[in-house]
Amino acid sequence: MELFAARNVTKQYSNHIALNDVTVSIPEHSIYGLLGPNGAGKTTLIRIINQIMAPDSGELLFNGRKLKSSDIQHIGYMPEERGLYKKMKVGEQAIYMGRLKGLSRADTLKRVKYWFEKFEIYDWLDKKVEELSKGMQQKVQFIITVLHEPMLLIFDEPFSGFDPINTNLLKNEVINLKKRGATIIFSTHNMGSVEELCDHITLIDNAKSIISGAVHEIRQKFKPGIYEIHFEGAPQKLDSFLSSDYEIMDMKETGGGCMARIKMHKASANNELLKILMPHYHITSFTELLPGMNDIFIDLVNEKKGEKDEK
Amino acid sequence: MKSKTSLIVAREYFSRIRKKSFIVMTLLGPVLFAALIIGPAWFATLEDREVRTIAVIDESELFKGQLPETEYLKFTYLEDASVEEIRENFSQTPYYAVLYISHILPHTPSAVQLMSDRQPNLNVRMHISNAIEKEIERQKIKAYDIENLDDILQSIQTSINIRTIVWGDDGADRETHPALAMGTGYIGGFLIYLFIFLFGSQVMRGVIEEKSSRVVEIIISSVRPFQLMIGKIAGIGLVGLTQFLFWVLLTFILVSAGRGLVFSELQVPSSEQVVAEDIISSSSQESSSLLPDSQPISAEQYSEVTQIFASLSTVNFGVMIGAFLFFFLAGYLLYAGLFAAIASAVDNEADTQQFMLPVTIPLILSIFVMMNAIQNPESALAFWFSIIPFTSPVIMMVRIPFGVPYWEVILSMVLLIVTFILITWMAGKIYRTGILMYGKKPNYKELWKWLTYNN
Repeated sequence: MELFAARNVTKQYSNHIALNDVTVSIPEHSIYGLLGPNGAGKTTLIRIINQIMAPDSGELLFNGRKLKSSDIQHIGYMPEERGLYKKMKVGEQAIYMGRLKGLSRADTLKRVKYWFEKFEIYDWLDKKVEELSKGMQQKVQFIITVLHEPMLLIFDEPFSGFDPINTNLLKNEVINLKKRGATIIFSTHNMGSVEELCDHITLIDNAKSIISGAVHEIRQKFKPGIYEIHFEGAPQKLDSFLSSDYEIMDMKETGGGCMARIKMHKASANNELLKILMPHYHITSFTELLPGMNDIFIDLVNEKKGEKDEK
Repeated sequence: MKSKTSLIVAREYFSRIRKKSFIVMTLLGPVLFAALIIGPAWFATLEDREVRTIAVIDESELFKGQLPETEYLKFTYLEDASVEEIRENFSQTPYYAVLYISHILPHTPSAVQLMSDRQPNLNVRMHISNAIEKEIERQKIKAYDIENLDDILQSIQTSINIRTIVWGDDGADRETHPALAMGTGYIGGFLIYLFIFLFGSQVMRGVIEEKSSRVVEIIISSVRPFQLMIGKIAGIGLVGLTQFLFWVLLTFILVSAGRGLVFSELQVPSSEQVVAEDIISSSSQESSSLLPDSQPISAEQYSEVTQIFASLSTVNFGVMIGAFLFFFLAGYLLYAGLFAAIASAVDNEADTQQFMLPVTIPLILSIFVMMNAIQNPESALAFWFSIIPFTSPVIMMVRIPFGVPYWEVILSMVLLIVTFILITWMAGKIYRTGILMYGKKPNYKELWKWLTYNN
């Protein structure tokens, strides 16, 4: 079931189109990656989900019905440009933000205490934000985002500015939140974290959604048909066994055996290649190489750019 | 949703009144105001404590021993000395200045020179010039050979104090104190101007702070931009009210305390023959009769001061404070919306300049018109500027102590309220688009687009 959906959303600013007929469907209890180069329209989409602005046309659904203004208390948002009141005490600020999301004073206090203890920053409650390091501010920002236990969490570039330890802490927290039933949207350029965390993605470029779907399906779809094979036997003969449908990309000897990368030109089952090789070699490993999200992202964006240039 | 706005109001309010600068200003403001009220009177009681000796070279030989001395101003009459001689080693002489009176004096007013190695004190100059004038007048009158001249001169000394009465429609007469009305109007009008600027720019800085620290994006994912703007304006307005009420309270306390302290020895009988020896440097009784200039004038000033204090109780402070509260609030709300809209359009305070000018012009204009309205509260200029909403808070405040017809006040108030609602609505439209725009410095055309933009 989907928690949030935007259907055919279009948003136009005075001199350019920020979103052009974009449709996304965000399944419940999943981590959803919103990818795209700078200026593609991700932030506009996020602002529309947050009801900071309204789309010119299109439909927004939350939990199976039309998105309403009271739904904002079920949404938590951490913008890319982190923002806190610099002169305000951390604790007061967290309570203020929690209450703005509709929590009662007592609830907010309890939860602030819980999170600050969990992140081992309880001593900072009375410090002003400007006294904290950037990493500390990020933690506070994260707490503020999740304080009201929203059903939908939106993180815009969540890992920028975090050191590796805090990045890890944050990743674990995000996974925990997902386990506890939250749905999470990541808007990011960090493809590593997309592969690691996201279940689904939408790639937005130039105001349009170019691709959308489950991460593993997309990687399957864009796989170039290259296999990495480790084997024992005479490597020089390999070429003679293969038909013209196959091409050896590269080959090298490894300790005690060989490694070859073979590209399959014609789509056929993996077993076909294995069948050809099995009589001649002792195969120790056979892997189909899947493309990284990074490559898919770059390929797709460049492809679109090429199309546009041709026009 | 209502309660969220009140959360914002509370944050804006408490984060400001807890600031050191607010507490300092709240405590210091009344001291400054009290000083403004008591200060001039108090300074008048102060004297110049430096004893100055002036060398007199009197070629006319009319003034020897005739120039009235005071405790702090002495004259030494030099015989057979020349200006050049003294000038040569002036710094070694004990003299403050050299007064040179040429022998052609009675016929040529420019025949007197006061010379020194520094700029002579204005009071010293005035004292000498008065003394010489009176002395020459006296000698000229003397030349008429009138009997009992000194007695006559003494008996013709007069002091006038004009009372102003305004006839009320109901036949009741009301005694007014134009100086007091001017003072109250000036203070009221100026305070409104000050408060609008002070708290309007706080709104501006607050909006810019939220925008540049990007907190705004988090807040408006919880509340509507308009709620945030209204909450901020209301919170800061309450800070202004709090400050004002504290100021009124503390000023009253300070002024009453100050009146008790400074003027206790001046609570003199109200008879017209006031000789205020505290105020004037003690000159001999004899010379004072010859110099009607200094004493009676000072006595008049003095009695005016006491009169103002006496008549302060005649001012309708209830009406004044009520009017102030209304015109401060409405004027502040009118301008605060504009300040918020400007702030939302820019990324930092430096960029506000180009938009600030058209907003501040009516405010600054009202200060200029205020000067005129104080002199002439019934003039057409004062009337129109007290009706036009952008200047009415200041100008109407100036006029009210003089008495303004009810219909004018009501018209002015209604127009002000309507305009502020309109402005706030427009500001809200600019604000909600502006706070999300970064990087580009907008122009007026852009602002207009935001205004008409349907979000």
